[in-house]
Amino acid sequence: MANKTEIGDFQTAQTLETFGFLPRFSQDEVYDQIEYLIRQGWTPSIEHEHPSQCANSYWTMWKLPMFGEKDLNTIAGELEACRRAYPDHHVRLIGYDAYTQSQGLCFVVYEGTTR
Amino acid sequence: MASKAYDAGVKEYRDMYWTPDYVPLDTDLLACFKCTGQPGVPKEEVAAAVAAESSTGTWSTVWSELLTDLEFYKGRAYRIEDVPGDDESFYAFIAYPIDLFEEGSIVNVLTSLVGNVFGFKALRHLRLEDIRFPIAYIKTCGGPPGGIQVERDRLNKYGRPMLGCTIKPKLGLSAKNYGRAVYECLRGGLDLTKDDENVNSQPFMRWRDRFEFVAEAIQKAEQETGERKGHYLNVTAATPEEMYKRAEFAKELNQPIIMHDFITGGFTANTGLANWCRDNGMLLHIHRAMHAVIDRHPKHGIHFRVLAKCLRLSGGDHLHTGTVVGKLEGDRNSTLGYVDQLRESFVPEDRSRGVFFDQDWGSMPGVFAVASGGIHVWHMPALVTIFGDDSVLQFGGGTQGHPWGNAAGAAANRVALEACVKARNEGRHLERESRDILMSAAQSSPELAIALETWKEIKFEFDTVDKLDV
Repeated sequence: MANKTEIGDFQTAQTLETFGFLPRFSQDEVYDQIEYLIRQGWTPSIEHEHPSQCANSYWTMWKLPMFGEKDLNTIAGELEACRRAYPDHHVRLIGYDAYTQSQGLCFVVYEGTTR
Repeated sequence: MASKAYDAGVKEYRDMYWTPDYVPLDTDLLACFKCTGQPGVPKEEVAAAVAAESSTGTWSTVWSELLTDLEFYKGRAYRIEDVPGDDESFYAFIAYPIDLFEEGSIVNVLTSLVGNVFGFKALRHLRLEDIRFPIAYIKTCGGPPGGIQVERDRLNKYGRPMLGCTIKPKLGLSAKNYGRAVYECLRGGLDLTKDDENVNSQPFMRWRDRFEFVAEAIQKAEQETGERKGHYLNVTAATPEEMYKRAEFAKELNQPIIMHDFITGGFTANTGLANWCRDNGMLLHIHRAMHAVIDRHPKHGIHFRVLAKCLRLSGGDHLHTGTVVGKLEGDRNSTLGYVDQLRESFVPEDRSRGVFFDQDWGSMPGVFAVASGGIHVWHMPALVTIFGDDSVLQFGGGTQGHPWGNAAGAAANRVALEACVKARNEGRHLERESRDILMSAAQSSPELAIALETWKEIKFEFDTVDKLDV
């Protein structure tokens, strides 16, 4: 066991599921995940929700899932547009996997300002 | 069919049960046994004896068998193969007509296939290596109460393995102190915590008290983190009545998941509990205490891939599979072979993974593979590579042994897991770049930095006892 004087305090945080324990992604890191989603053949989709409602299964969809969309810039542009329209909402990116009927990827890209 | 005359006495098994020209039907249940006969007994006779004793036959001819058509009901040994690198054993392939088995009863299948035959004197050893369940039989089984897709949706966990840990010390804590350990793990970033398998309802912590304090721990952790959490409440008990009573109380407390030990508890209890879970929206975690007694000897018993298939049919949403890299037995290819059987909808024959038959699972939901036992944060890149997303990685000592305590230990593992998933998605090679990935992630996580330092020397490098025959 380490020296007792070095014991630190772990502060609980609102981490909001996958990737919540990593530092906020840079633009390039978000692009890497979008590219992964496209490579997997999944359908990108964006959802947003006020932090007070974020425990619900359903968040509000931003437009429709982008079926067949393979262009990174288009997807990144929609993420940005969603954030501008709802600056106080959490915004998450989803990769719908039609084969498993699940989400192959889902993480919060922007956090609402109330945190 | 012409009537037969009754001829009393003892016949050679192979006259009736060795049928090398038989072409198995799609509806047949197929089994592969590794047989080691007594010296001097011909292979065909051994294989035929296994077929007979695990289906319709007995040692002597009886008059009443002429009242039915045993040609329709008998099991048939239809193929014999050498075991690579082993002169004394051989594989016997046996086909059983589907009507030999009650629908939806794993109990009935096992009572036939691994019943009296395992004590048969003509055999020195016998091991059931694999079963091909026909899709027609699979459709009669309930299977996992939820399954992988349903569990992900209920628990809101996507794009990564889930993280868990067994609460330690495994025995001796009071209910309130136990709930504290659960709360610390969950607030620190674990998705799930687990009762140890031998935590049932002992004098120091009765089950009802444990359930209540754990429920409070989960509720508080969920509120504070904005994430969904769960704890496998072990309902394994001395009687089915007591088991259901505990399950009902877990439901009353709005808990998402309970737990059962499927071998010590038995398949009857397990199948019943899985049905209860399906009816009550409860997930079911399955532990496998006693499995190594049955599956570890390479020449006798039942291979774990068979027990895993049986569990998927009997019902469970999680099953322990070993870790490959930790303190417990497990060969990598063999483990991958039965992990496929838990999760995929079709698994092709692949001897390099110990898979003896094509197995069509149809629409049967998948089971999460649980890797637990002697693993720590340095194993994370290998675990994510081996087990992929549809798994639960459980670090017991590797969470609660952290110098700052459970929450920091949980956070260290969560950071490491997410760093590995992120790196994998970016196309990096996790096992080759493991050190770099973990060390960079530790720069923004003092909890991970300390965990990496704490466990840097611990390895478990022993040879596995049960290897694949290749």
